[in-house]
Amino acid sequence: MIPVRGPWSDRRVERSLGALAASVLLLIGAMVAFVFAKAWPSFSHNGLAWFGGGGNVDRQLGAIFDSPSNPSDWIYTLHAWPMLYGTVLLTAIAVVGGLVFALLCAVFIVEFAPERMRRVLEPAVRLLAAVPSVVYGLIGILVLVPFVGEHLIGERMKAAVAYVVQLDGSSLLVGSMVLTVMITPIMVAIVVDALRAVPRSWIDGAAALGVNRWRVVWTISVRAARPAIVAAAVLATARALGEAIMLAMVAGSVGFAPNPLDGLTFLFEPTRPLAATIVDNAEGLSVVPFGQTVYAFAAVLLVSSLALSLAGWAAKRPMRRYGLASR
Amino acid sequence: MSALAKPAPAAAPRRRRRGTESVRSWALRDRIGLGLCWAAGIALCAICAAILIFMAVKGLQYLRLELLVTHPLPDLDQSKSGGFLDPLIGTFMLTVIGIAIALPVAVGIAVWLHEYGRPSWLARTVESGIEVVAGTPSIVLAIFGLIIFQQHVFGFLSFTAQGDAVFGRSFLTAGAMMALLALPLVVGATREALAAIPAHVREASYALGKTKAATIRRVLLPGARKGIATGATLGMGRIAGDTAIVVILLGASLQMQHGDGPPGYRVLSGTGSTLTTYVFNNSPAGEGASPEKAYAAAFVLLLIVVLLNFAVGALGGRERRVSWGR
Repeated sequence: MIPVRGPWSDRRVERSLGALAASVLLLIGAMVAFVFAKAWPSFSHNGLAWFGGGGNVDRQLGAIFDSPSNPSDWIYTLHAWPMLYGTVLLTAIAVVGGLVFALLCAVFIVEFAPERMRRVLEPAVRLLAAVPSVVYGLIGILVLVPFVGEHLIGERMKAAVAYVVQLDGSSLLVGSMVLTVMITPIMVAIVVDALRAVPRSWIDGAAALGVNRWRVVWTISVRAARPAIVAAAVLATARALGEAIMLAMVAGSVGFAPNPLDGLTFLFEPTRPLAATIVDNAEGLSVVPFGQTVYAFAAVLLVSSLALSLAGWAAKRPMRRYGLASR
Repeated sequence: MSALAKPAPAAAPRRRRRGTESVRSWALRDRIGLGLCWAAGIALCAICAAILIFMAVKGLQYLRLELLVTHPLPDLDQSKSGGFLDPLIGTFMLTVIGIAIALPVAVGIAVWLHEYGRPSWLARTVESGIEVVAGTPSIVLAIFGLIIFQQHVFGFLSFTAQGDAVFGRSFLTAGAMMALLALPLVVGATREALAAIPAHVREASYALGKTKAATIRRVLLPGARKGIATGATLGMGRIAGDTAIVVILLGASLQMQHGDGPPGYRVLSGTGSTLTTYVFNNSPAGEGASPEKAYAAAFVLLLIVVLLNFAVGALGGRERRVSWGR
């Protein structure tokens, strides 16, 4: 190769493209630094109590919003437990339910579905993944929430908890159901890819031993795809954690921690995860202490998604070793 | 292990349907499992069909042509509150801005990762960095954007309120963060497309005395055009469907409000809304509370996203077929 001078010289292109790529890392660093710097006052004023419970979160947020204008009198007291708990609860229900559903769907698509059905299912999965979350939220709030509120929650149930919280249908149940539908297609896509990558010979070997098809799938394919299943669950968890709009519409927008001791009523109690809290309070960001509190929610979400990325990377490693990774 | 690592042949024979094997001979456990599989598959189809049909029925019921061409107005009386022209324009503007920023950056990163990738530790770190960006919730990206663009350096991108505070909300700032949303998709698709170009094509170009940079520009990028288009389309769908960034970074004002600066720039540095926030604000969760208009706007939004998705399919999206003659 003859060295070329001028703007398109090889070395210059490599350097500038490399700098461009490295700027992604810089951006992530800046994201962590800025969000934490802005959120620090909220954490430092509360200490570990920030993560604890106590008092009514919505009232605390109201007090922060109404802080006096003098910076030394700003109020920061916040116990964010109900929102953290709501986030964890919704995510856990949706991911566990979605994982079972997605696994069955993926096995069906790869192994058992007739050709004609497969041709319907694959675009359906892609479409469900592409539907904007606000559309899911709209269907949830206009169809599912009134249905649950009118038909599934009895008057006695409403009266029993009326002094703590109002039951109107927007609830943990609807939130986690719609969330499950939202994250299932992501998992299906990943698991289907992994199941298809399982070497033919492994499956044929098992079939040659006289095992029926279900057992072959369950003991060979699914087991070989285990890292992909973990990776899918991790990705879906990240998506569920960050889901804001749909849950702000459907889950009830009350900073309330549903109590499992309430029995069946537990499922119908409203909650509000961190991400939805940020959306609900977007108007108040210009009030400095309130903004800093909201940035603290974003910081918690950021740390969790970073941790999940790390977990996903670790989960994919064994897949690469067996050559089952898609790339 | 190397034998295992070998990928399955591209044109693997279709899995044979073993018609002779009767499910009746299976143990009860296995038959229950099979039944659950069928149930899950059918449920997925049913959910998808239900959403599509419901949205189509409601959308066609409430969608009027004048909704598409009138400005939204703040009025409690639904017959006077106008249509969603501004949000529609906002969606298009934001999508175009976002993809215009994301495309060159993402293609550059993908080319560096696939064609150069030295030093390898940096390449690996950048790769996981892209994954981190993909995994960051859009609401966090929005908050990050708000913090960054409220710095005084970026004052020219948005309003400057009285008292020297930078507002930080405009089409440009929202578009920049939307670009981050689309970035991982475009990088992934471009890398896949580059990987599908066989090595002999590169070698032929080098043999003709082309530099690596010239090879990339004249041979590899044209060859990867289809993959890049696929990634861009996926990214556009993602941008059009996002709400959180618009709520936080675009202000979600009912009508477009112009910022300051030269005439064309005024729109870009102003605030506005998109179809997603229009739906959000007109649902019972927002202030508007006019479900009819929310349904109509959501139908249009869904139509846009589905069309973009079909475009991916038409582009030959996920298939890794290459048209290089041998």
